[in-house]
Amino acid sequence: MKYIKFFSVGILFGIVMSKAEIISWYRIYEMFKFQSFHMYGIIGSAVVLGMLSMFLFRKKMVKTFEGNEIHISPKKKGLYRNLLGGILFGLGWALAGACPGPMFVLVGKGVVSILVVIFGATLGAFLYGVFKDKLPH
Amino acid sequence: MEFITQPWAWYIAGPVIALVMFLLFYFGERFGVSSNLETFCSIGGAGKFVDYFKIDWKENSWNLIFVAGSILGGFIASNWLSPSDVVALNPETVKDLAEIGIQNAGATYLPDEIFSIDTMLSFKGFLTLLISGLMVGFGARWAGGCTSGHAIVGLSNLELPSLISVIGFFIGGLIMTWFILPLIF
Repeated sequence: MKYIKFFSVGILFGIVMSKAEIISWYRIYEMFKFQSFHMYGIIGSAVVLGMLSMFLFRKKMVKTFEGNEIHISPKKKGLYRNLLGGILFGLGWALAGACPGPMFVLVGKGVVSILVVIFGATLGAFLYGVFKDKLPH
Repeated sequence: MEFITQPWAWYIAGPVIALVMFLLFYFGERFGVSSNLETFCSIGGAGKFVDYFKIDWKENSWNLIFVAGSILGGFIASNWLSPSDVVALNPETVKDLAEIGIQNAGATYLPDEIFSIDTMLSFKGFLTLLISGLMVGFGARWAGGCTSGHAIVGLSNLELPSLISVIGFFIGGLIMTWFILPLIF
């Protein structure tokens, strides 16, 4: 039962990704060509409202449903990790036209070929684990 | 009902994504999809080869459930909430794509030149799909997050690593879109 809430939020996420055409390869291409405001508006408005949420969490005005304080675990620091990993991710994002969230939503849309991309992404995560200690972070 | 079935504008989608993030925090978790890729590796037994994957993946099972929900959400949206598959692109985008070899841009969500079954079964097509995934998966784990974890949550939380990562996402995305995609098709 405790998973029903995550399942429901996932459904909402899948619907918004589809309905706002974020899962469309073309929307990502258009974004990187600076030919549409659509994706910038989505990310921008989500971040502005996200900042407001963070403010409410930090002021302890909102707690978890169990009444605990909301703790935001920070991301790992490291210029090389963030920049080089980011660039590699960006190359893949613009080629696949999908980042990890939309990849799964596309499975629900019935796109068989996206399974190759997901397999590649999983293999990529595995290879990162293998070569992790040899990479700059 | 028409409000639901037409494509959602950015000012609807952005707030709904913020709501998704808010709800996950409210339920005690941090929004981030790409960590599931590591969970897949752990479940698949990668911990036997690489210590990095020796984790108790059951702690991340909420995230797998979230992903399962998003698959169902995609199914619901495309089967019952979307009468049309047309993406209303900027005419400039359609023209640019035709010039690099992608025809009928926007007629459906995805270009056949990358995602059709025929393309997938060709050597070059399969390799393109696989390599795009490899870069996304490797890059996301190296950077410590993807669009959800860095661009949405990290930027909202004013985290420097996320800002650097998002700058990286754009450097990579611009290189691919402007310089590499024109050579592929």
